[in-house]
Amino acid sequence: MIAFLIKRLMHAILVMFVISVLAFAIQDNLGDPVLQMVGQSVPESEREEIRERLGLNDSFLVQYVRFAKNAVQGDFGNSYFYREPALEVIARHLPATLELVFASTLIIVLFSVPIGVYSAIKPRSPISRLFMGVSIIGISIPVFLTAIVLIQIFAIGVTVTLFPESTGWGAWLNALFSTEGNMPSFGRGYELVNVVGNWDTNLATWNGLQHLVLPAVSLASIMLPLFIRLIRAEMMEVLQSEYVKYARAKGISMRRVYFVHALKNTMLPVITVGGVQIGTMVAYTILTETVFQWPGMGLMFLDAINRADIPLIVSYLMIVGVIFVVTNTIVDLIYGMVNPTVKLTGKPA
Amino acid sequence: MNNKQRSKGTNMTLKKTLLASVIGAVVAGTTLLPMAASAETLRIGYSADPETLDLHEQLSGGVLRFSHMAFDPLIRWTKDFEFEPRLATEWEQVDETTMRMTLREGVTFHSGNEFTAKDVVWTIERLKESPDYRAIFEPVARAEAVDDYTVEIVTTEPYPLLLNLATYIFPMDSEFYSGETDDGSDKAEIVKAGNSFASRNVSGTGPFIVTDRRQGVRVDFERFEDYWDTESEGNVSRIVLTPIAENASRVAALLSGGVDFIDAVPPNDLERVREADDVNLVTVDGTRIIGFQMNEERVEAFQDARVRQAVDLAINQEAIADRLMRGFANPAGQMSPKGYSGHNPDLTPRYDIERAQELMAEAGYEDGFSIEMIAPNNRYVNDAQIAQAVSNMLAQINIDVDLRTMPLAQYWPEYDTRESDMAMIGWHADTEDTANFFQYLTFCIDEETGAGQYNYGSYCNEEIDALVTAADSETDLEKRNEMLREAEAMLYEDVGYITLHWQNLAYAATDGVNIEPVVNALDFPYLGDLVIDSSDD
Repeated sequence: MIAFLIKRLMHAILVMFVISVLAFAIQDNLGDPVLQMVGQSVPESEREEIRERLGLNDSFLVQYVRFAKNAVQGDFGNSYFYREPALEVIARHLPATLELVFASTLIIVLFSVPIGVYSAIKPRSPISRLFMGVSIIGISIPVFLTAIVLIQIFAIGVTVTLFPESTGWGAWLNALFSTEGNMPSFGRGYELVNVVGNWDTNLATWNGLQHLVLPAVSLASIMLPLFIRLIRAEMMEVLQSEYVKYARAKGISMRRVYFVHALKNTMLPVITVGGVQIGTMVAYTILTETVFQWPGMGLMFLDAINRADIPLIVSYLMIVGVIFVVTNTIVDLIYGMVNPTVKLTGKPA
Repeated sequence: MNNKQRSKGTNMTLKKTLLASVIGAVVAGTTLLPMAASAETLRIGYSADPETLDLHEQLSGGVLRFSHMAFDPLIRWTKDFEFEPRLATEWEQVDETTMRMTLREGVTFHSGNEFTAKDVVWTIERLKESPDYRAIFEPVARAEAVDDYTVEIVTTEPYPLLLNLATYIFPMDSEFYSGETDDGSDKAEIVKAGNSFASRNVSGTGPFIVTDRRQGVRVDFERFEDYWDTESEGNVSRIVLTPIAENASRVAALLSGGVDFIDAVPPNDLERVREADDVNLVTVDGTRIIGFQMNEERVEAFQDARVRQAVDLAINQEAIADRLMRGFANPAGQMSPKGYSGHNPDLTPRYDIERAQELMAEAGYEDGFSIEMIAPNNRYVNDAQIAQAVSNMLAQINIDVDLRTMPLAQYWPEYDTRESDMAMIGWHADTEDTANFFQYLTFCIDEETGAGQYNYGSYCNEEIDALVTAADSETDLEKRNEMLREAEAMLYEDVGYITLHWQNLAYAATDGVNIEPVVNALDFPYLGDLVIDSSDD
C-alpha cells in the first residue's frame, strides 16, 4: 500500500515536470503578455523595458531553470493579471470548480444508477427506449449549446404561442410549454457562506443552490448519458451470468438479486471509468464556467490564455495534472476495496 | 389573448415576488430592510473589469471607466465632444505655453483629505512617470500650484490639445498615496503587473467608493457620502460590477434580470435586445476607426498610389456596415469621426469597381497579384468576417488574398513583425483628436520619435506629416481644424490607410435605469449621474 502511494507520488512529480516543460515550450505561441499590460499607444522602448524586467528576453533554458528553482520551493511565479502568486489565484478559484464538479457528480450518480439499472432490467419497455433515445441526443449536443438552451428556457424564459390561444386546450398547451425563467444565469450569487479560508460555499443557501443548478446540469449533461449507457450495458451482461441465474434459481428475491448481487459487480468498471471521467470533467468546466461566468478555475484558465498570463497557465496545467494523478490513485484504492482480488502494486501475488 | 396571458403572467410574478420578499425578509432579518427603502442598487455586467485600481498602471477602457467612478477628471467630455468643468471650474490660456486652471473648492477625497492644487501637481508628475501615459503627456513640461485652488500647467511648446489631456487628469489623493507601506515600498510607485499599494488601495474624489474587489469576479462600490457634486441627480447608492466576458452570457444575464446594465451588446443580439420587454437598447456612434494597411515594403504594387486607390475603390464600405455589421457601424471615408476637429464632411466612401479595374490596368496590374492578409478574430466587432468580406471584394480586381485570422494575444506580436502584406487595425485616438490618427497610423516611421508606431505598411507622405505637425502647434483652433481637414483630404487622395467604418457602441439596461443621458462615444458611462426610477413596491 505504502509502496503504491510512493510510486504514485513519483508519477505525480514526473507528470508535473513533463507538463511544465511542455507548457514552457509553447509559451512563445501564446502571445506576448506585455501587450496585454500596456495601452496600444505605448512606445516599443517602454514595452522592451517591461519585457526585460519580467525576464521574458532570456533564453528558454534560463527561464525554465529560474522557474524550476522557484517551483521546487513552492513558488510558481506571479500571475501577470492578478498580480499575486499563481498558486494563490488557483487556490482561490478551486473551491468554485470543485463544488460545480461535486454537484454534477451528484446529479450523475443520482440519475444514472436508477435509470441504467431500470433500462437493463426492462430493456424493452417504452420508458427505457425513451431514456436511450434521449441519452443519444444528450451525448451529441455540445455542452456550450446545452448551456445556452438551458439559460434561454430557465433563466430568460420562453413564451409559446404555437397553439391557438382561444381554445382551452391551446391555451393550456401554450402555458405548459412556456416558461417563466427567473433562474440565475451567471455567477455564484451574492449569498455565499464562508466555510474556511477562501472556501465560500454555494451549498449552504437557497440562493447559492439556485445559482448552482444550471451550470451543474449542463456540466452533467455530457457525462450522464455516458454513464446511463455504461451501467445499462454492464448490468445486462451481469444479468446473463451464471451466478445471477443461480441466485434466481435459489429463490432469492429479484430485488435483492438486482441491487445487491448484480449491481455490485456492475459498478466495478463504472468506478474505473468514473474516476477518469471526473478528471475529464475538470477540463469540461472550462466551457461550462465560461458560459455561466462561474468564477472557477476553468474560466480563470480561459481568461489566462486570452491574456497570455503564462505563469498562471503553467501552474494551472501542472495542478490539473496532479488532480488527474490523485483521482486515478483514489480510484485504484476504491477499486481495491470493492474487489480485493486486485493487487495494487502489480507484483505477483 | 396576449393581454390575458400577460396579466396572468404578471400576477404570478407578483405573487412570487411577494413570496420571495417575505422569505427574504425572514431570512435576512431586519438588517436589510432599512436599506431597501431608499437605496438604488445597480448591478452591472461589463465585458471586462478594471485590470488594476492604479489609474496610471494601464491605459485601458476598463481602468478609465473605473476612473470615472472612483475619481473625477479636471474636465470631462460631454456627449457632443464639448468640455464640461469637473474638478477644474475655469481655465484660461495665460500665454502661449501656460494654461491657468481654477480648481473646485470644498472637494474631499474618500480618505477625508481635502482636495487642493498640490494633488493636481502630484498627479501630473505621476502621469509623466507612467509608462502608459508618459508619451501622451510628453508636451507637458510641468505643473505648478499658484495657490491652493489655482494651478498652472506649462507646455514645452504651444500645444492646442491641453484641454483634451486634462480629461485624463484624475487628481489622486497625494497624501494618501505618499509614504511607505509596511513592507517598505513606496506607496506612489507604479508597478506593471505587480502588487503595488496603488493597485489595491483607492482614494479619489469620485462618486463611488470601492468597498470590495475580487479581481475577475466582482467589484463592489458604494456611493461616497461627501461627494461634492450635490447638483447631480444621480441616485445610485450601490454598484455591483460583475465582468461577463462571453457575449451571449452577458446578454442572457440582462434578459434574465440578473444584471441591470450591460455594455457591448453584440450585433447579432441587437434585434433580440431591442425587442425584449422591459429592456432598453441604447446605441452610440463610436469613434474607433476600423481599417486596413497595405505593406509597401513587401508588395511593390502598393507603392503605386493608383493601386492603393483601386483597393480602396474595390471595397464596399456601405455593404459591410449595412449587412455584416447590421447597421451597427458608420461607413467611413476618413479616419476622423463626426465631432472630431479634422472631420471633413466631403470625404465619403467611394465604392466603384469599374474605376478600380481601370486604375489597376493603368498601373500595369491588370492581371492582379497575390497577397497575404492578417486580421484578429476577437478584437473588433466581427473582425474576422470583415476581413473575409474584404478579401472577397479584392478578388474583383484580381488581387488574390490568402487570409489568416488569429486571436488577439497572438495578433499583436504577429502585427509587430510586419511580415504580411495587408493587416487590419482599428484605432481610437486617446486625445479624441484627428492628429493622433495620423501620428500613429500614417506618419513616416521614425524609431527615434516613435512616429508611425502602427504604420504597418511603411506608408510615407512627408507633405501630410508636415501639415499635421504644423497643426499640432497651432493654437488658433479654427485654423488648426482647417489644416487637419486638409490633411484628411490629402490622405483620402493618396490612400495611406483604408478606412472601413467607425464601430458603434451598444448598451442595454432594464426599464427604469436611464442610461441614455450618461453613456457617450468615449465608452465611459458617467455612472455618478445615473438616475434609476425608484420602484415603489
